[in-house]
Amino acid sequence: MGLEIGIAAVKAVVVLLMLLNLAGLLGWIERKGSALIQDRIGANRAAVFGFAGAGLVNTLMADPLKFITKEDVVPAGADRFLHFIAPCVSLFPALVTFAVIPFGDVLEVGGRVINLQVASLNVGILYVLAMVSLGVYGVVLGGWASNNRWSLLGGIRGSAQMISYEIAVGLSIVAMVMTYGSLDLQVMARAQGGVLSPWLPLPAWGIFYQPLAFLILLCGGMAESKRVPFDLPEAESELVSGYFTEYSGVKHLMFFMTDFVEVIIVSGLLTTMFFGGWQVPFLARDGFHFPGGSAVLLPQLAVALLQVISFTVKVVFFCWLQIMIRWTLPRFRYDQLMRLGWKGLLPLALANVVLTGAVILAVHT
Amino acid sequence: MSLALFLGFAVLLVLSALGVVVQRNPVRSALSLVATLFLLAVTFLFLDAHLVALLQIIVYAGAIMVLFLFVIMLLNLQAEPREAGRWGLKLFGTLAASLFALELIELARTKGAAPGGGMAGAVAEGFGTTEALGERLFTHFLLPFEITSVLLLVAIVGAVVLAKRKVT
Repeated sequence: MGLEIGIAAVKAVVVLLMLLNLAGLLGWIERKGSALIQDRIGANRAAVFGFAGAGLVNTLMADPLKFITKEDVVPAGADRFLHFIAPCVSLFPALVTFAVIPFGDVLEVGGRVINLQVASLNVGILYVLAMVSLGVYGVVLGGWASNNRWSLLGGIRGSAQMISYEIAVGLSIVAMVMTYGSLDLQVMARAQGGVLSPWLPLPAWGIFYQPLAFLILLCGGMAESKRVPFDLPEAESELVSGYFTEYSGVKHLMFFMTDFVEVIIVSGLLTTMFFGGWQVPFLARDGFHFPGGSAVLLPQLAVALLQVISFTVKVVFFCWLQIMIRWTLPRFRYDQLMRLGWKGLLPLALANVVLTGAVILAVHT
Repeated sequence: MSLALFLGFAVLLVLSALGVVVQRNPVRSALSLVATLFLLAVTFLFLDAHLVALLQIIVYAGAIMVLFLFVIMLLNLQAEPREAGRWGLKLFGTLAASLFALELIELARTKGAAPGGGMAGAVAEGFGTTEALGERLFTHFLLPFEITSVLLLVAIVGAVVLAKRKVT
């Protein structure tokens, strides 16, 4: 009993630290990505003791230090308690969401089989949807409690946008649940081992079965994380900084981190449902089995390590993809945003669910 | 361990429910209701009803209450002044509250003593899972389920009709 709780605690802490570190790292990757797209060098100003060479380390240290040492301002007439609690309400659901996303298959240590997933819930993916739907409150509260017109407008825009896109996201996930016949993300990841068919040695990843659901989830997920082209709740050019205009210091940093953690969650979901999660092509629990019949056997520890690396690489790739999209596209207009959500993604997602059901029925009979 | 956790969450639940009524600011009141619904979901977890708990969060805390807050913010409601007097309301409130209290006491007296009732009861394997609930919903409760969905459809059509009406 005590050992099980200890293992669960270690898993939770490791995943949380990975998440926070990757979020911090994304802050730097985002600057470098924007510099790449805008054809400049970028993110090379932070110098500790006059040493600017190690851009990554210096930026990682300079950013938090700057945020922590800033004055914490609460505007006059603001609701002090709600103003304080809004960034916490924003960051908390984002951080706990990763608990159901598996980062590896199993790890066998001394006869004990450890599932490489923080929480194996029967309701898996619904937990993700529940936590994402709670994330709206941070935006709404931040906008309302600041006693600022820009913040309020940002908060209202944010809540309308997140509710609209949640529906398309939910429906695209419904199609995936129908495909795998389970709500547990670990079951989904395990189902994507092997190859499509003997004469087509491609890994049996979800993207080949549900390309449309992938596009809807990518699009809706980016809208949920409120980044360009869906950044109307922030909209620097019209609303100063939207719902977190009146936040400074660590509270501002928490809103900032929420965005990056949401990017990582979207990447984790895309990876797990459409790109095999922790699966490495042709890697089974005892080693590689290639289509030609040849095999390379590996110890269990090496297999688990390869899987975790595979998952991390895929997640980082999708983070990179989202950053590239963010710096490539301009912002939507509000009517375009609503039209895309309600008249574009929602009917497509519904049609995808019906189509998936028809195919499943045809295959089973 | 489980009992202590339950009692802790139950106290929080009652406090946040009180907050809904006592708070004078509509936004704080609505937020107390969000907290109440969230804590109610936690209570469902103690009953091994994982799916119901998460649906409670997704539907009530995550969707309906966001719309509540949205409307309150759009209308820009201020803190409500306290209503003084109104004997009829006070009388009705006391009556309703005491009836509800009686009902609760009766429920605790009968169900708490029954074998397998109360907190000591063990549940069957697979209870509260998505599969079990879905099976039950689509076989035994199919008619109520379908009627509910028709009712929701009527509500949606009605909302669209109201929104489309030309203002004269």
